[in-house]
Amino acid sequence: MMLASAHLVIAPILIPFFAGALMLLYDDRQRKAKLVISLLATALMLAVSVELLNRAKGSGPSGGTEIGFYLLGNWPMPFGIVLVVDRLAAMMVVLTSFLALPALLYSGAGWHKQGQHFHSLFQFLLMGLNGAFLTGDLFNLFVFFEVLLAASYGLLLHGSGQFRVRAGLHYIAINLAASLLFLIGVSLIYGVTGTLNMAHLARLMPILSEADRPMVHAATGILALAFLVKAGVWPLSFWLPTAYMAASAPVAAMFSIMTKVGVYAILRLATLLYGVDSGVSAGFGAWVLIGGGMATVTYGMLGVLASQGLGRMAAHLVLVSSGTLLAVIGFALLGGSSAILSGALYYLAGSTLATGALFLLIEPMSREEGGIAAMLALTADAYGLDPGEEDEDAEAGFALPGTLMILGLSFGTCMLALAGLPPLAGFVGKIAMLAGVLRDTALPPALGWAFIALMITSGLATMIGLVRIGIQTFWSSDGVPPRVMALEILPVAVLLAMVVVYSVRAQDALRYTDATARALYDRNVYVQGVLSAPRVVPEAATNGETTN
Amino acid sequence: MEIVLSAAIGILAASGTWLLMRPRTFQVIVGLCLLSYAVNLFIFSMGRLTLGRPPVMPKGGFVNPATFADPVPQALILTAIVISFATTALFLVVMIASRGLTGTDHVDGKEREQ
Repeated sequence: MMLASAHLVIAPILIPFFAGALMLLYDDRQRKAKLVISLLATALMLAVSVELLNRAKGSGPSGGTEIGFYLLGNWPMPFGIVLVVDRLAAMMVVLTSFLALPALLYSGAGWHKQGQHFHSLFQFLLMGLNGAFLTGDLFNLFVFFEVLLAASYGLLLHGSGQFRVRAGLHYIAINLAASLLFLIGVSLIYGVTGTLNMAHLARLMPILSEADRPMVHAATGILALAFLVKAGVWPLSFWLPTAYMAASAPVAAMFSIMTKVGVYAILRLATLLYGVDSGVSAGFGAWVLIGGGMATVTYGMLGVLASQGLGRMAAHLVLVSSGTLLAVIGFALLGGSSAILSGALYYLAGSTLATGALFLLIEPMSREEGGIAAMLALTADAYGLDPGEEDEDAEAGFALPGTLMILGLSFGTCMLALAGLPPLAGFVGKIAMLAGVLRDTALPPALGWAFIALMITSGLATMIGLVRIGIQTFWSSDGVPPRVMALEILPVAVLLAMVVVYSVRAQDALRYTDATARALYDRNVYVQGVLSAPRVVPEAATNGETTN
Repeated sequence: MEIVLSAAIGILAASGTWLLMRPRTFQVIVGLCLLSYAVNLFIFSMGRLTLGRPPVMPKGGFVNPATFADPVPQALILTAIVISFATTALFLVVMIASRGLTGTDHVDGKEREQ
């Protein structure tokens, strides 16, 4: 029992790995069985990650941070590769599972029939995501990035079609180039400091020699470039809208957390290496993140206003969300209060769930012969929607009555959450961030006001854009309402219910993110927690060797 | 040796970057290959350049690390080679699919209008 509980940390990586591998053995026509395995594995992953989250919270009333760790191969720190669960990692893993379940359910409505090995690739994507969140080693991070990217290449091409292959080509080329930058950064860090362990690196940062410091700065700059490509920061984000638009609905929903992996990696490394208490290097790159983040929000906002189709709009909303988060990370490096970061973390989870729901809604909404029929015609061959295929789908599930109302309600809820209108999570998150900025004294006031103005205008732009699409689809359509299956609406409803619950329990969630942000500000919590990880002494070994 | 190696890395990286910007998919894939060679050599050089020193240390007894090459970058390269090999193969498949679907080898799937 003791063994099982210690090994739980690696479970979010192993569960999808084994599930994905197992499904490769099945014939691809047995999709029902695959769907069931997939759902079971993801549900198990959810249970494990919630347990990890509870552990990371510690048993104290609030504010405690327990660092869970798992020494792979039982090498002593800091030489071996280590998996680390702190509050931030646990939160991201839980978020991934919560997003994956509805996306999988949705794929059961038909998308998983459109190509080969959908469920295996999906599980490998989850494995890569969880690994990237949990690892405490830079090179291991690279490996998990490649795992999730390789799976995402396959998933992006899922359903095939000319549009997807073209978008996939660009997506793969960009990401391969970014991976090479990642490698250069990682190896340069190793060459200068001799370590790849993030906690060890954080400890070395304040005591670097003057000759080494510029090299490490350059290395982390190159490394950050790779993460910024994934996060879709402004001048590096032109690939993103097309790729996200081209992806099939359940894949696009999962992709809404892929930009967050880039944001997560930047947040993790920035707070560890360049946090306020890291000596000479403190605040390195803060202005790049703030400038880039704000430019990304502006670009995403303009994109939302300019988009004609919901798909492109949703992709630009992803940019708005990741730009906001990057700017806040920049604030954190400049010494802004942890309240801003806490609000941003709350906003991260809420906006990821809401964007996921929106991506799932796009396809049923644009299926109808309404105001956006033009867009449908444009992408019909890309989505592979043959008329004959829909008849086949109709047999698979029963069509829902009152479709238009249900679609409209879901779309409205998405809009409220994304634009940051009360009473949903977007509003709470934005208020928490803005209140933090207003109360803050360390940041230049002009910067704070610029951020506040940008937040409010981006919310307005989101609302204008989504309302326009909503009016076109729901009010000015005179055709027959689209046939939507219950299995397609259910996942959207589940995601939106999560957003609602998340908003209702905002106080608890904010208490969690508060403590997370405080733990991120205090690097020692992570560094001490990881570096003091004791080795497990094998019971068979009787030589009494102990290391710490 | 340092000059030769750094020149090799530089030339490979420069050619790779130039090819990456070219409009033909084949040029892009060759560019990515060259870039990954440059990166692999770069990782290798991060373990410091040594001549005739094995990276594997004998078990037990006193070991003087100065007489051995750093094994970590070599292990990293192995991983990086495997990964870039696999992703390049995948990219090749997508490239062929794109060629088949669009009838052109332009990266945008259509020739630029003159």
